[in-house]
Amino acid sequence: MFEVSALNGAVADGPTRVEEAGLQGMVTLKGDLGSAKMKAALKAVGQGMPDRRQIVEKGDRSVAWMARDEVLILCPHAEANAVVTELEAALAGEHFLAVNVSDARAMLRVTGPGAREALAKLAPVDLHPESFKAGEMRRTRLGQVPAAIWLSEADEISVIAFRSVAKYVFDILALSADDSGRVGYFG
Amino acid sequence: MSTRLASGGRLIDRHTTRTFTFNGKRLSGHDGDTLASALLANGQTLMGRSFKYHRPRGVVASGAEEPNALMGIGEGGRFEPNQRATTTEIFDGLTAKTQNHWPSLDFDVGAVNAMVPRLLPAGFYYKTFMFPRPFWKHVFEPVIRKSAGLGAAPKDRDADRYEHFYAHVDLLVAGGGIAGLQAALRAGQAGLRVLLVEQTAHWGGRAPVDGVEIGGKPAEEWINDTLQTLEGMENVRLRTRSMASGVYDHGYALVYERLTDHAPEMGGPRHRLWRVRAGQIITATGAIERPLSFAGNDIPGVMLASALRDYVVNWGISPGDRTVIVTNNDDAYRTALVLHEAGLAVPAIVDARPSATGDLPQAAREAGIRVLTGTGIAEVKGRKSVTGVVLCAQAGEGAATDEIACEAVAMSGGWSPVVHLWSHCGGKLIWDAERSHFRPDAARAPTGHDGKPFVITAGAASGAETAGDVLADAKTAAGAAADALGRSLPDADAAGTNDPHEEPMAPVWIMPQGAGPAKRMKMWLDYQNDVKVSDVRLAAQEGYESVEHTKRYTTLGMATDQGKLSNINGLGTLANALNAEIPAVGTTTFRPPYTPISMGAIAGEARDATFQPLRRTPIHDYHEDQGAYMEPVGHWRRPYTYPKTGESHAESVHREVLATRNSLGLLDASTLGKILVKGPDAGRFLDMLYTNMMSTLKPGKCRYGLMCNENGFLMDDGVVARLDEDTFLVHTTSGGAEHTHAHMEDWLQCEWWDWKVHTVNITEHFAQIAVVGPNARKLLEKMGGDMDLSAEALPFMGWAEGRIGGFDARVFRISFSGELSYEIAIPASQGRAFWDAALEAGGTWDITPYGTEALHIMRAEKGFIMIGDETDGTVIPQDLGLNWAISKKKEDYLGKRAQARSHMTDPTRWKLVGLETTDGSTLPDGAYCIAAGTNANNQRNVQGRVTSTYHSPTLGRGIAMGLVLNGPDRMGDIVEFNKVDGGTVAAKIVDPVFFDKDGEKQNV
Repeated sequence: MFEVSALNGAVADGPTRVEEAGLQGMVTLKGDLGSAKMKAALKAVGQGMPDRRQIVEKGDRSVAWMARDEVLILCPHAEANAVVTELEAALAGEHFLAVNVSDARAMLRVTGPGAREALAKLAPVDLHPESFKAGEMRRTRLGQVPAAIWLSEADEISVIAFRSVAKYVFDILALSADDSGRVGYFG
Repeated sequence: MSTRLASGGRLIDRHTTRTFTFNGKRLSGHDGDTLASALLANGQTLMGRSFKYHRPRGVVASGAEEPNALMGIGEGGRFEPNQRATTTEIFDGLTAKTQNHWPSLDFDVGAVNAMVPRLLPAGFYYKTFMFPRPFWKHVFEPVIRKSAGLGAAPKDRDADRYEHFYAHVDLLVAGGGIAGLQAALRAGQAGLRVLLVEQTAHWGGRAPVDGVEIGGKPAEEWINDTLQTLEGMENVRLRTRSMASGVYDHGYALVYERLTDHAPEMGGPRHRLWRVRAGQIITATGAIERPLSFAGNDIPGVMLASALRDYVVNWGISPGDRTVIVTNNDDAYRTALVLHEAGLAVPAIVDARPSATGDLPQAAREAGIRVLTGTGIAEVKGRKSVTGVVLCAQAGEGAATDEIACEAVAMSGGWSPVVHLWSHCGGKLIWDAERSHFRPDAARAPTGHDGKPFVITAGAASGAETAGDVLADAKTAAGAAADALGRSLPDADAAGTNDPHEEPMAPVWIMPQGAGPAKRMKMWLDYQNDVKVSDVRLAAQEGYESVEHTKRYTTLGMATDQGKLSNINGLGTLANALNAEIPAVGTTTFRPPYTPISMGAIAGEARDATFQPLRRTPIHDYHEDQGAYMEPVGHWRRPYTYPKTGESHAESVHREVLATRNSLGLLDASTLGKILVKGPDAGRFLDMLYTNMMSTLKPGKCRYGLMCNENGFLMDDGVVARLDEDTFLVHTTSGGAEHTHAHMEDWLQCEWWDWKVHTVNITEHFAQIAVVGPNARKLLEKMGGDMDLSAEALPFMGWAEGRIGGFDARVFRISFSGELSYEIAIPASQGRAFWDAALEAGGTWDITPYGTEALHIMRAEKGFIMIGDETDGTVIPQDLGLNWAISKKKEDYLGKRAQARSHMTDPTRWKLVGLETTDGSTLPDGAYCIAAGTNANNQRNVQGRVTSTYHSPTLGRGIAMGLVLNGPDRMGDIVEFNKVDGGTVAAKIVDPVFFDKDGEKQNV
């Protein structure tokens, strides 16, 4: 196997665990999110069009709202090029851009009771359970780099960052998730 | 001498023993002791030396406002200077050292300053700066440097870690006294998300010390009940040892939490900086007692009355057998009563007011304590500790009326609300003449984005004095906060309190009122900076009428305590000297932080390996494994060269260049920026971005282009590949991708919003690997795959897609070295495997990985410019002889108009040429080309400068490029360049292309 993710599945274990999630397919799609064709195309490759700042998940395919003219499609790594091809066929004649960005990114997961706190040490985001709920896709920063985060399970936050800074993101998450620094803020 | 009382001390656990060292001496205390209380328990009243005169100083306060008892705490990587003993909790193994003395705390040579304070009057620094000038440098500075300064800077790396924490709340309540608790309780009941922070380790503030009863019960019970209720609320969070340090725009506040200062063995982060976004902020920060200005008010043993009371009640300390109370208000009588109850003697209460008729003076008289009204202290006796006080009539000039022996003096000049947090973000103050203090003016609160107030004060911070008023005010504050947040509070009565009737205080700025110069020189206003009443009066006399000027002239209110004790007394003194009203004089500016916070807390996680994000290419580990010498390129780290054992960098660079030119080199070019530009208007868009024409580029082809900003200056360059009719792939410089992408989006979103173009930065999706050298094609053919890489199928400046070996590849036939070269973009996940496969297959041709320096040399040999070398933000393409890359057919491009301006078309602009030293040496980087004569600053005139300079292994001599006046017209001329050693070196002006001018090597 000659395909490797940025950190090759690195893990920082503990009550709150940080792991690099391995290869993850990602396709950036830019275009008119209001168009019927776009909605139909997203229905075909995933769950359909997410609301503003939301992510909709269906099996191993998810679609996340990234900007007013941009969504991100998550899929198995090996399927990313096929998704691009599907979108290109479905959107032929439209003004859009679909591109495989899987390898431009790293995906990490923070799991456990301190997951929210670990992120709250790095991201200027209201991570209170009443505010940050499943279904929200939040573009923010972690420490000094941009990232996108969402609640993928009750105690699991998924993180997308740029591949080149995957180690930095992993390191600051591991430091922040260390049990010696529990804040006890979110209950 | 101070000592521990046999019983009492509500905060200490007498069953525990904690040992610590003080200036190397082993001492002990209990859990709950602060360093200050433990030192007092051990009879150590001398805790430091003052800044300027090295006067002996004892602790004067019991909390964050302490100006004197500053110590160096900890050792090595945990050493921290200027820590207040009053806020340092003791633990086993604590080490404390006093500061600012030499050779010892007890005997200090610098104290000689104190004998001649006339030498160091207000404005001393300014005066000696001015005249006579040589005196400052040769006489004063060496002396001052030796004697001035507080704590020493730490020498070792900080051993601890720190972190930030972002919290978003409806309401932040700063201060956990009864006002803060009350406000949090009310807000919690209204369902608000509340964060209540308290800077000390204990809740309740001073109410338990002051004998307050709430709802018929001692304050302590009410505090515990309230805490229990609050702890049960899911929407309320409570943090002790957490100081709200600053309030900023838009409801932003910083809270400084000290997690392990009291227990370093706990592990985890030492400090946590809370970065809070609050809908509303209630500052329940209490009030600080003011000293009184009488002669000798800085002698160890003189304390604030409230602090002395704290030491007795909270920590079971006897400040000495006999304490004289000196006051201008009723509150200080509480201290007399507390001392009396503890069985300690209060020989007299000296009250500056003509009469004292409130409930508390009455109680003191009933307890048999002598109350002397209309009286002041003429002088405190003693040097390193108080031995007695001389009394006088407050109304007089200080003639002695009596002398009383005592070990301690408890002074109270009234209370000042802590208005810092209120003021940080623009809250205004109002002078309350009745209470002689500045308090927040609720009508002029700090306002948020909507123009509405977002800070509310509660309790003593509002100016409330009695517990009843405090609780009522806190209730109102919580109601106002809830209103502002659109919530309503259930109605409830504030619990009743047992407040005694207190008579108004009398403002006393100087004691006695008619004190002469000799006494004024011994009345300290600012203990930390040794500013006396005489200094402020001198400043006023010399014309420093503005309080801000007086502050800087005298240093009043500066340094670590920022005048928490001294500001109002200083103002009163200045106003008196100016014959003005205090509100007319005004206050200095309150700025965050409230008390100093650690640098570590500010840095948070950003230290060591996580100081800064380092960007790594997919091949990064290979470079590190090979021991490559890495250099920063933006946030990337790129290999500069790969030295073999025993090789110098120059030698390995030399080897890499020759191996590439003669056979085969391999370069990790993954950092190259890659931006996808797609849409029906993509060609038109790129025609505007680049100086040359991109819309005419055919799919399958590449073109080099120059990008300028709207001022005409060159900002980036690179190769554009047209992928299909609608899609272009723009390559940018390493580290230039982000700002080029932002530049594109800026124009697309702000100016050409109706153009149909989408851009995506796909830089990191690809590993880009350059296979370079005469054997480049052979290598790729050997690796196999399905691509025809022949000169015919894939000519120079073409690109193709397919598979090389088992890898998905997009191959660009472009060259930055002048060699046959393929830049191969591979998905990043396959990048390392491709690199390894190429290295293995390339063994036949002695394949050599090369770094950025070899890349630079080879491009310079070819006369290719480098953004950042040949350009510096002031260079236009025309300066670089790149007119061929500027379209004359296009109506417009970014920078076109700017480049037509007179200065840009000036024929005397320095222009790019090649430079060859006549002796073959390498020109110094950045050297100037010398011209005749000198300029107005007596510097040599110049007529050009070096932009790139290298030793060329290919040519065996130094080569350089530079910008030279009329350069292209002076081919063959010899010009002189300066050298670092002061000499000059001669160089010939030549064509910048040094090697293979016809491009025969790359075109095969």
